[in-house]
Amino acid sequence: MKDLLKSLRYTLLALVASLLVGAIIIVITDVDALKSGDFGKAFSTVFNAYKSLFQGSFWGVRSISNTIAGTTPLLLSGLAVSIAFKGGLFNIGATGQMLAGGMTSLWVGFAFDGPGWLQVPLAVAAGAIGGAIFGGIAGLLKARTGAHEVITTIMLNSIASFLVLWLLKTTLFQREGRPDPISKPISEASRLPRLFGFLDGRVDLVAHAGFIVALLATLFYWWLLKRTTVGFELRATGLNSDAAKYAGMKTKSLMVIAMLFAGGFAGMAGATEVLGTYGYASTSLAGNIGFDAIAVALLGQSSPIGTLVSALLFGALQAGGRSMQANTDVPVDLIIVLRALIVMFVAAPLLVKAMFRVKSQVVSQGQTFRGWGG
Amino acid sequence: MNTELLVSAEQKKHARNVGFGYLGLAVITLAVFSRRPGDAGFKLTEGGTSLTLPAQQFAWIFGIVFVALAAAQLLRGFGKLSSVVLSLATAVFVLSFLSWATAGESFSLVGMLQDTVSRSVPITLGALGGILCERSGVINIAIEGMLLAGAFTGAVGASLTNLWLGTIIAMLTGVFLAWILAVFSIKYRVDQVIVGFAINFFALGITSFLSFRVLVPNPDYNSLVPVMPISVPLLSKIPFIGQIFFVQTIFVYFSFAAVAFLTWAMYRTRWGLRTRAAGEYPKAAGTLGVDVIKLRYRNLMIAGAVAGIGGAWWPIGTVGRFDQNITGGRGFIALAAVIFGRWHPVGAFSGAMVFALAEAVRLKIGNFDTGIPSEFLLMAPYLVTLVVVAGFVGASRAPKAAGQPYDEQ
Amino acid sequence: MFLPRVRDGLVNFLIERLASSLFSATHCGVDPKMKLELRGITKRFPGVVANDDVNLSISTGEVLALVGENGAGKSTLMNVLYGLYKADEGEILIDDSAVRFTSPADAISAGIGMVHQHFMLVPVFTVAENVVLGIEPTKRFGALDIDKARQLVREVSDRYNLDLDPDAIVEDLPVGVRQRVEIVKVLMRDAKIVVFDEPTAVLTPSEIIEFFSIVRTLIAAGKGVVFITHKLKEALTIADRINVLRRGKVAGAADPKTATEAQIAEMMVGRAVQLTVNKKPATPGDAVLNVQNLSVVDPDGRKVVDDISFVVHAGEIVGVAGVQGNGQTELVETLSGLRRLNSGQITLDGKDVTHSSPRDLHTSGMGHIPEDRQLQGLVTGMSITENLVLTRYHDGMFSDGVKMKWPKAKEIAKELVANYDIRTSDPEQLASTLSGGNQQKVIVARELSRDIRLVLAAQPTRGIDVGSIEYIHEQIVKERDSGTAVLIVSTELDEVMALSDRVLVMYRGKIVAELDPKKVSHMDVGLYMAGSRPTESAGAKS
Repeated sequence: MKDLLKSLRYTLLALVASLLVGAIIIVITDVDALKSGDFGKAFSTVFNAYKSLFQGSFWGVRSISNTIAGTTPLLLSGLAVSIAFKGGLFNIGATGQMLAGGMTSLWVGFAFDGPGWLQVPLAVAAGAIGGAIFGGIAGLLKARTGAHEVITTIMLNSIASFLVLWLLKTTLFQREGRPDPISKPISEASRLPRLFGFLDGRVDLVAHAGFIVALLATLFYWWLLKRTTVGFELRATGLNSDAAKYAGMKTKSLMVIAMLFAGGFAGMAGATEVLGTYGYASTSLAGNIGFDAIAVALLGQSSPIGTLVSALLFGALQAGGRSMQANTDVPVDLIIVLRALIVMFVAAPLLVKAMFRVKSQVVSQGQTFRGWGG
Repeated sequence: MNTELLVSAEQKKHARNVGFGYLGLAVITLAVFSRRPGDAGFKLTEGGTSLTLPAQQFAWIFGIVFVALAAAQLLRGFGKLSSVVLSLATAVFVLSFLSWATAGESFSLVGMLQDTVSRSVPITLGALGGILCERSGVINIAIEGMLLAGAFTGAVGASLTNLWLGTIIAMLTGVFLAWILAVFSIKYRVDQVIVGFAINFFALGITSFLSFRVLVPNPDYNSLVPVMPISVPLLSKIPFIGQIFFVQTIFVYFSFAAVAFLTWAMYRTRWGLRTRAAGEYPKAAGTLGVDVIKLRYRNLMIAGAVAGIGGAWWPIGTVGRFDQNITGGRGFIALAAVIFGRWHPVGAFSGAMVFALAEAVRLKIGNFDTGIPSEFLLMAPYLVTLVVVAGFVGASRAPKAAGQPYDEQ
Repeated sequence: MFLPRVRDGLVNFLIERLASSLFSATHCGVDPKMKLELRGITKRFPGVVANDDVNLSISTGEVLALVGENGAGKSTLMNVLYGLYKADEGEILIDDSAVRFTSPADAISAGIGMVHQHFMLVPVFTVAENVVLGIEPTKRFGALDIDKARQLVREVSDRYNLDLDPDAIVEDLPVGVRQRVEIVKVLMRDAKIVVFDEPTAVLTPSEIIEFFSIVRTLIAAGKGVVFITHKLKEALTIADRINVLRRGKVAGAADPKTATEAQIAEMMVGRAVQLTVNKKPATPGDAVLNVQNLSVVDPDGRKVVDDISFVVHAGEIVGVAGVQGNGQTELVETLSGLRRLNSGQITLDGKDVTHSSPRDLHTSGMGHIPEDRQLQGLVTGMSITENLVLTRYHDGMFSDGVKMKWPKAKEIAKELVANYDIRTSDPEQLASTLSGGNQQKVIVARELSRDIRLVLAAQPTRGIDVGSIEYIHEQIVKERDSGTAVLIVSTELDEVMALSDRVLVMYRGKIVAELDPKKVSHMDVGLYMAGSRPTESAGAKS
């Protein structure tokens, strides 16, 4: 508990530090203001930008709804990266796995016409399975051939996006009457209910039950790691695969299992986006979430709580960022910079501390990457 | 000791995979490429000399050749000639693919290959940067960020001053980012991968941010006339090859020189020996008085410089501007090239060529009417890399100390 | 016009070369004298004072042995001397004037050379490349002059009789040869004082004798030698003076001509030390482990384990002696299920376990104490409790197949911590917080507390303090007395001889001898370990 508070405190400090640096960036890039020597304007830009940022994330139902909507895919894909890290693997393929899951859940969504209580879980499950298969490919390649998952998952990402592009042009998937790669809409029953549906008339509140799915997934992740045998084996393999082998664990299978779960989480991210946010699929379904997910996992140190908090933080920043771009002319890309800064600021002091506290084996505690394994 | 040295199990598996690879090529050639009648016309020079290949017959002949190669490989192997045979086979396969694709039409092979060589520059330079870092013992995931940042500052720098200064600014940007990587990973012992990714995010964010905020309202900060290709006297007159390799921009020549220089430096100089020691077993060097830390700092910054120049290829070498995320993941392709090339500059260069070829082909794909959805053809280089990494590279020989912080005290 | 200058230059050049080679020919190794002194050296690490006000001096022409048990601070002290660590207090004096070493480069140029316990050699480089690293001869533009390097290596190795092939790749070389490379490295840099850190850990008794003669050659050439060891016999054999370190402080000095092992051991540990293991004679029962015609071939096609057969009975300790690298590691890996054998059969308690996985072997009654506790035996990032169930978590007691039963695990962990003297305040702490000895006790506790028929122990007391060594030896004997079969594989000959009821010697993958430790001398076993045989006359116990 003490450690938890400490790391939360660090995260907060890192956030503040990043915001400061961000403010500086905003000021020095306000070319017009600088040209005319009007510093007052530059500072007021910062003020407005950050005001929009905070308001856009937390102020009011709409903002909270946006934050929740943004957090959902980040949390699920963050779990996809986290669980892989716990197993000693670097999963850069969350994007591809999310696409795979999105497509499979999409198919269930429009191919079947059952009642809501059946369709939704079925579609989500289908998404998990689709993503799991995709993740499992990378895991299998690593286990059988030693091919490094960094390379294979990056390749699989591209393969996935081309596959999706192709599928969205086939008659099975493509929406009738549309020439562009956009899918058929899913059945109404398959849609994830909106969280704020009870507030009549507020169609702009897009947050949906996918958030609940994400929270449940996080709970499952915690339970898996801490309470199950498989979780124990995964953790051991990730920390010291040699010792795990000596202890009789089947480390190769565990690698595959880790990637199956990872893909499953990412697949669910795809499913919730299709079923909740969009109602159909297009090529921009996953965006570049794979890298955001990595930031979430790194910041959260792959722990269940950590991943949850990071995802919330980044989701909030994302929601606020859009509002910031809408209200001022500070582009939303600043958020990417803030994310990078937060990750750096958090990673640095933690590791420095770890160096002095834990005797040997700091390396295995803090490092996500133990070399190419050659 | 019983030194009955048989071929190791690893090598046997590798050779067998290559054999199956040839078999695969044979199958594709015979089953797919032989189906289209017609002649494929390849323009070989600007002047118009062309090579006409009867696509179907070509495919039949080479399908059979591949079967023969497969048999030879599986039964006997090619020994020292293995790599040569593999490269030739790949070249022939690509040729037969292209014949099939353009059967009945005409196609500028020269143009496409020229384009390939040009496109290989950022990947090659990025990969060289990656090799420099990894060989010194530091993992550099931030190649993408360095390329992107170099592209941005190169564009702005060149727009505001001139092409040379712009390139230098791009180079210095790369050095700066490399310095950050060095400080955080060497001095503060932050996980090298975390720092690398953070730098990537940072570069992406700041360049997109600045692109929107500064470049859009001020378009004169982002427009320049890129360099023109230069013909190397004499060498460019060589038929076919001359056009492809020796009528290129200075960036291309620089990348050739860089590959050659790095190869020499890495394996034949004192610096190279110490660098490799730092990457394999830094303690050995450290206990002999080599300043491993300083060496890593310096190498990282050189790597950043090279990557920065690679980034400048986009604005200054080709398009004359910067667009958001113009690098589009090439930094990670460069990383793949490093592994593909087994951490050797020449190997990485050939890997870069393969990816560049895929990119160049992708552009022309529209002109092909092959009956296979274009998406699958576009997917091909990634599938190929997957297969190569799984079947032939596997868990290859990385510098042993890459990724581990150096413990001095 | 400039030809005469060229000619002069050429002549000067030639004269210089001639002179220097004459010089080195006649002054074949007698270097100027040097006195080195460490005064008041204190070095602190978080949580521990590794060196506490240590004084030590060494001059050229003598051998100083620095003894102490694992963790006493010997290596730290030498690392301070070598410039790898900076002392918090104290100073280093060379010929009575203070010097400061900020890095090994300084120490090297001051004439101090160090041969580390774990060789500092880049495995993929050649001998020449390793030797010249840091002082590489170059041509123009910094290009490596590899021919010059080769020549230099040959020169030095010839001068000191250390046969070396400059182009051999280090990772292909046997350990004894690698040590020679390290020595040439040091000599090439004109070391006047050479420090050896645990040099004999990896050598056979006859190689050790060879090593001692190298030391004597160095002394004759005017060098000084510091010899760090925890092996008292050797210190007494070769040293002119002995300094003892205990827990970071100087515990005393001894004169090898008069001191006994027991006296020095007492200084090392602070109390009377049991140098032998107390055990009753063994009463072997039925065969538990039966190995027949076992062969293991490595990926390069060499037979690392060559058609060996042996039996271990219940209630007996069988020890496998041998120099590291003769197949013991592969033997242990095969017996523990991690490596596939090429031919042969292994039976455990009557059951054929030839192709069993490590998991199956555990459930069939094998306990395994692996060679490297940190890399193979423990997950240091996990808690002590988790490590204590690392090999039995799948057991119904701790897991129902899906879920882990942590309360039960914690209960058992508490018991084991108490019963096996594991010094920790909280079993939920990470295993990395334990000392080496306690980490080993965790592994011992874990394995011996199970219902096992055979204990396979590889290097069970490597790198741990004397107290823990005694404890673990006790536990092993206790286990044997309760009827378990014990197979110990150790490169520490003293341990094998003290613990075993029967000794098997491995050399180049074969078992070359089966001996009764009470009836044979260390020296004879050493000869077997080196691949030869004792002559008829040398049968007496030393």
